[in-house]
Amino acid sequence: MARGYAGKFIEVDLSSENVKDITFNDEILKNYVGGRGLAVKILWDRLGGRWETIDPLGPENIFLALTGPLTGIYPGSRVCISGKSPQSNGIIGSTVSGEFGNELKCAGYDGIIVTGRAEKPVYIFIADGHVEIRSAEHVWGKEAPETIRILTREAREILGSMWRNAGAIREPAIIYCGPAGENMVRTAAVMQKISHAAGYGGYGAVMGSKNLKAIVVKGRGPMPSVASPEIVKILLREVERSLLERDRLRRWGTGYGGYEVGARLSSEPVRNWQEEWHDEKSFSGPKFDFRYWVKRYWSDFNCPIACMKISVIKAGPYKGAITDDPDYEMQAYLGPNLGIFDPDKCIYLSALMDYLGFSGINGGNTLAFTAELYEKGILTREDLGFDLNWGDAEAFERLARMIAKREGIGNILAEGTYRAALKISEMKGVDVTRYAVHVKGVEVGAHGTRSGLDFNPIGYACSPQCGDHTSGVYDAYNDTVIVFLDSAVVCSMCSSNLIWDFYGAVTGWNLTKDEWAKTLGRRILHIQRAALLLGGPDIFWRPEVHDDNPPRFYEPLPSGPYKGKTTDRKVFEEMKRQYYEAMGWDERGIPKSSVLRDLGLEDVDIALEKIRGQT
Amino acid sequence: MGKREFIVWVARDYLKCTGCRRCEIACSIFHEGWIWPEASRIRVFMLVPGVEIPHFCAQCHDYPCVNACPVRALSVDDDTGAVLVDREKCTGCGACIRECPGKIPFLHPGDGKATICDLCGGDPQCARVCQEARFNALWVVREDKSRWGGFSRKLFAQMPEDLTRDVAVNLYGEKAEEWI
Repeated sequence: MARGYAGKFIEVDLSSENVKDITFNDEILKNYVGGRGLAVKILWDRLGGRWETIDPLGPENIFLALTGPLTGIYPGSRVCISGKSPQSNGIIGSTVSGEFGNELKCAGYDGIIVTGRAEKPVYIFIADGHVEIRSAEHVWGKEAPETIRILTREAREILGSMWRNAGAIREPAIIYCGPAGENMVRTAAVMQKISHAAGYGGYGAVMGSKNLKAIVVKGRGPMPSVASPEIVKILLREVERSLLERDRLRRWGTGYGGYEVGARLSSEPVRNWQEEWHDEKSFSGPKFDFRYWVKRYWSDFNCPIACMKISVIKAGPYKGAITDDPDYEMQAYLGPNLGIFDPDKCIYLSALMDYLGFSGINGGNTLAFTAELYEKGILTREDLGFDLNWGDAEAFERLARMIAKREGIGNILAEGTYRAALKISEMKGVDVTRYAVHVKGVEVGAHGTRSGLDFNPIGYACSPQCGDHTSGVYDAYNDTVIVFLDSAVVCSMCSSNLIWDFYGAVTGWNLTKDEWAKTLGRRILHIQRAALLLGGPDIFWRPEVHDDNPPRFYEPLPSGPYKGKTTDRKVFEEMKRQYYEAMGWDERGIPKSSVLRDLGLEDVDIALEKIRGQT
Repeated sequence: MGKREFIVWVARDYLKCTGCRRCEIACSIFHEGWIWPEASRIRVFMLVPGVEIPHFCAQCHDYPCVNACPVRALSVDDDTGAVLVDREKCTGCGACIRECPGKIPFLHPGDGKATICDLCGGDPQCARVCQEARFNALWVVREDKSRWGGFSRKLFAQMPEDLTRDVAVNLYGEKAEEWI
């Protein structure tokens, strides 16, 4: 039996309400590990032959919540959410911190595979070996606080009757979708706790499409046993020791970025990326730190870093808003990118996006896109029903709520920035896709390429995770480390060079970074690439057109110390060419037949025949 | 080996608990040899996100659990003041749990026996890892033995729901009501 794994997965077909345990053989686990890697394998095996016909929001799509062998054992517990992405039409591994992964493993499962579609809203309840599909009609439509409160109470009651004399019963771990997910908004996240989001990929919408409100899990068992427990314990101490030295991240998280990234790096989105520089000290780190943070160290299971911080607004019109830091991405996307430089408003909107179940990055991007169209007079008061000026938090709240409920123009914007841009272009007879800051349907993270100080020019453009800032590409070799972290399913903030030894001591299987980078990790990236290029059914990407940055990233920066700088098209093309070559992709960016066959991916090669001849 | 002059007690500051649960990992590795959060003698409750309550024995001066045990499986460690469980004698009846004002003991998910913090024999691992991370939610205080019982440790033996309500209001203000 594979060590470090619980040893089985749950498969739930919501259409037939059939629940069964399934297993994967050691060969598959060795090669694909778990999380992102295993998700890619499961999705490709089951859907690869007809990938382009699968509607990500239809019952044929598969929703995955997978752990990995290191989850709960290595610092920084996470769970990886995946499926066919309603944003990119490819596969994105979207990880989220929290106790869900370790609870699931203690309940005896490595992951959950959900197929079909329930007739009425349901949630899945798991306690040790017990798996149950329960009605979620009473939590459907509810925002985060109520969802968590109701499901926590309900679960503790059931657990109390199941486990007599277990003392006080602890809360379960819960992943859920908010109203945005229920209404299949493509920028909806899979949420955990109040503000933890598996944001990229739009998997909240996949939950919604299946009428699946939540998955609730509690385990009473030990963490799965490992191959060399004494070595694992020593390595755990060593990794923790090094993580405890990450002082800046520990003390401030990324919560000082909302000022620093703009002021120092000129790579922070400002007013839908029209600018990337600001020097607004009202938005500085110490302001967030000393006025709002009630907890300066907030962690999830097995994390000594605690990069999260809890913000609470205690005075003024936004009193009562509760969220995390907000972290840098939320600060940028619900701050300067909406023309907001008031931390009160930023925290309020961050909390709102969390409670509605949006990815704050993806959904926040759509808000700014809409505001720019309003600024340019393309969308008007008549289209929106109100004015949408930069900095107007009330108007942005109104818009976010309309999108979450798909009301009015919200129904178009619920399709995500790029799909909305296509529709609005048609509606208004003017091309607005140039204002859509996305890569292959995924709104990009809050790190620009123009100043040359932050993200590299091909980071988003050539990544199978598209706009995901946590998984940018660069040299085809070191890029695979994040693929490993997403597959072993641990937090990328807790990465360490010892992770390969750690993996060996947990599983008993030797793996070097070199082997991962050249073979195993590469396979996963090739399959992700193939799925992305096959795409469909509503949108198909052509690499020669869409392996690119958003148009805005080639406009000269209009302000700040790097005014005039922009992404160099020539440098971009050369880096892209080198990247394709290093990956074993042809000049169009399609994985070469010989490369795929050498890696044993014949079926991927055959599937790609469909697009090889196209130009 | 002479007896200590001081007993140890793990002081707690719920407002500082980050929810990293490394105390549970350290406790279960020490007592069980492996990571086992539900067998940890200290268990962090998070009934409201962001409100983390490390829940573990407070060593009440009158030890209601020890007195409730019908088979005398529970005793007080002279040296540390911790409650010790004789796993041979324990029948898993749950009387100690019912008598605890905070419902802190539990029956072990493996062997079904009463499970209570034993202060790791005087060097509590939970406080050690919390201190190491400089979170300061848990730390060891030493009390003069002659004053043992003079301090109302029992007040810390509370139900997690009650502690959660207090800490949630402290952190979140009136909005805490929406979460509890």
